[in-house]
Amino acid sequence: MGKSLFEKVWEAHSVRELPNGQTQLLIGTHLIHEVTSPQAFGMLLELGLPVRFPERTFATVDHIVPTNEMQEPYSDPLAQDMIVELRKNCAENNVTFFDTDTGKQGVIHIVGPEQGITQPGTTIACGDSHTSTHGAFGAIAFGIGTSQVRDVFATQTMALNKLKVRRINVDGQLAPGVYAKDVILHIIRTLGVNGGTGFAYEYAGEVFDSFSMEERMTVCNMSIEGGARVGYVNPDETTFEYLKGRPYAPKSADWDAAVERWKSFASDADCEYDDEVNIRAEDIGPTVTWGINPGQGVFIDQNIPSIEEGATASERASIEEALEHMKLDGGTPIKGVNVDVAFLGSCTNGRLSDLQEVAKYIQGHKVNPSVKAICVPGSQVVATIAMELGLDKIFTEAGFEWRGAGCSMCLAMNPDKLVGDQLCASSSNRNFKGRQGSVTGRTILMSPLMVAAAAITGKVSDAREVFEILEPAAV
Amino acid sequence: MALEKIIKVTGRGVSVPGDDIDTDRIIPARFMKCVTFDGLGEYVFHDVRKDEEGNLRDHPLNEERYAGASILISGNNFGCGSSREHAPQAIYRAGFRAVIAEGFAEIFFGNSTQLGIPCVCASSDDISKLKSAVEADPQVELSINIEDKVILCGEVSIPCEIREGARSALVNGKWDPIQDLLDGASDVDEVVSGLAYMAVKYGIYICAN
Ligand code: SF4
Repeated sequence: MGKSLFEKVWEAHSVRELPNGQTQLLIGTHLIHEVTSPQAFGMLLELGLPVRFPERTFATVDHIVPTNEMQEPYSDPLAQDMIVELRKNCAENNVTFFDTDTGKQGVIHIVGPEQGITQPGTTIACGDSHTSTHGAFGAIAFGIGTSQVRDVFATQTMALNKLKVRRINVDGQLAPGVYAKDVILHIIRTLGVNGGTGFAYEYAGEVFDSFSMEERMTVCNMSIEGGARVGYVNPDETTFEYLKGRPYAPKSADWDAAVERWKSFASDADCEYDDEVNIRAEDIGPTVTWGINPGQGVFIDQNIPSIEEGATASERASIEEALEHMKLDGGTPIKGVNVDVAFLGSCTNGRLSDLQEVAKYIQGHKVNPSVKAICVPGSQVVATIAMELGLDKIFTEAGFEWRGAGCSMCLAMNPDKLVGDQLCASSSNRNFKGRQGSVTGRTILMSPLMVAAAAITGKVSDAREVFEILEPAAV
Repeated sequence: MALEKIIKVTGRGVSVPGDDIDTDRIIPARFMKCVTFDGLGEYVFHDVRKDEEGNLRDHPLNEERYAGASILISGNNFGCGSSREHAPQAIYRAGFRAVIAEGFAEIFFGNSTQLGIPCVCASSDDISKLKSAVEADPQVELSINIEDKVILCGEVSIPCEIREGARSALVNGKWDPIQDLLDGASDVDEVVSGLAYMAVKYGIYICAN
């Protein structure tokens, strides 16, 4: 019987069984950022240990960097302390740091792939739950806590329990105006926010075969929102094409050998999965959340659920809590809800193709005066290419603010925050209470183009109507 | 580095009701602007406990009668969301030594175990029982026996679950794996030598850029 990619990578990286029954797993690539690494460096110092493989450790700064203030010292002294600390730790430990002056800084999950550090058949860890993003390349990538960051620093390994594998097939063809973001929001809505606990998700089927790497990353990124710590797509020509020529990708003769190796990691056709789920692409519509977790979503033309629709007492309590926080009425359409802020960016949807797709449609449109709209490239590389292509002008002409690279309004660790109970149409990945910086702030997750549609109309809208995207049958 | 064997946790309980309590709620991101974990305890569940002006909200964690509680009781999928260890660190530094819930998010569970905070699961009915018992008498003593997977609440005994790896790690004083991981160093070298991408020549490419 064949093996899945997960099993092959797991076996290739298994060091030994630990006395407590867990596996000691080698972590090939360690990515770090300023929020979850300083305490780990501190722990290392206390133990008197060095970073075991500094050349396999890569750092950048993303969460705390202001995206509208390039000059240091930053006006927030705590943010300044954090960047200085990371700089110092990287220098002292010989860790490569994509600092703000390198032209390569950005959200860690965008930087790794675009530098070619993220590669198939490897293991990756980062003190950040969206590390699952890197699975788009056929890597097994774990989000970890700070003590585990210490473990990886000190030993290049960590203690883990083996996961089960659930294959999620999405076959068929997505309708125009339906994006990778809708696919993952739909999967989470279908399987639940904790449906993936104990599983690695293997995404497959015609939709994933035809997806670009950036689309695959959008889906893998949000695996954790469905409770799955790991999500991946088997590597194929699309993967290799993306990696070729990237700074850290193997070169010349090594390239061919690497591709052969990478191919060998793909799941075998005859492997058995612990679970399999089939989803039809045609059943997926543009999806928006209405509640306070990413599984609380509806299609844009559906109504917000009412409390009575909850099947159990705890579901009803969840709906009630969500409606109260979101200040929305159950049983009414989600379309038409007023929007105050539009955020385009994050490690889910802050890549070049996201900005290009939106730019294609917003020319000639203007952001509604009632909306504050910001476009935040996920990395300096994305920003540079976007500016070469003139996308910044398209965005600013439409009324978006054009910002520097960082996590920005995805979470509240830099100056970009919601105020009061502002409602944000957001291309990010979490709609938790308080996530965007205000205790009473409200977040509706959606695809980048839906964010643009909301920015223009000032309301939650169907991008297909706003931008006159026709159904294939109607063309 | 001998670690404490965590076989039993005893203390008073407090319930933070609801499913899907995420780590942003346990410790809002703005309190993570720090380079050490010291002082995080003060901000645990900050936005649930306080309103925007800093006034105390109506919440069990603010009630005097639960002061000194060391066992948190909650619903399903507790600790979902971000991988921030700041969440279990804040819980620990606020004086909690165990969490009883219907279920836990994976990363939170692992982070907590590694800090020696047992996270045990109980059925939704049993959670309700515990919650009512604690509400009726905040002084009631809860005792989680991790070895035998039983919670004693006063005279009532309730079964609980914890993943075997975590259970044995806690009761054997092996919850922080660092020493075991260090002990595997020679095996690590062997695995590394079998993986082409870990080879030093890739380091040359790294230097070339
Ligand atoms: S963009 Fe958002 S989700 Fe991604 S790493 Fe930054 S804060 Fe986390």
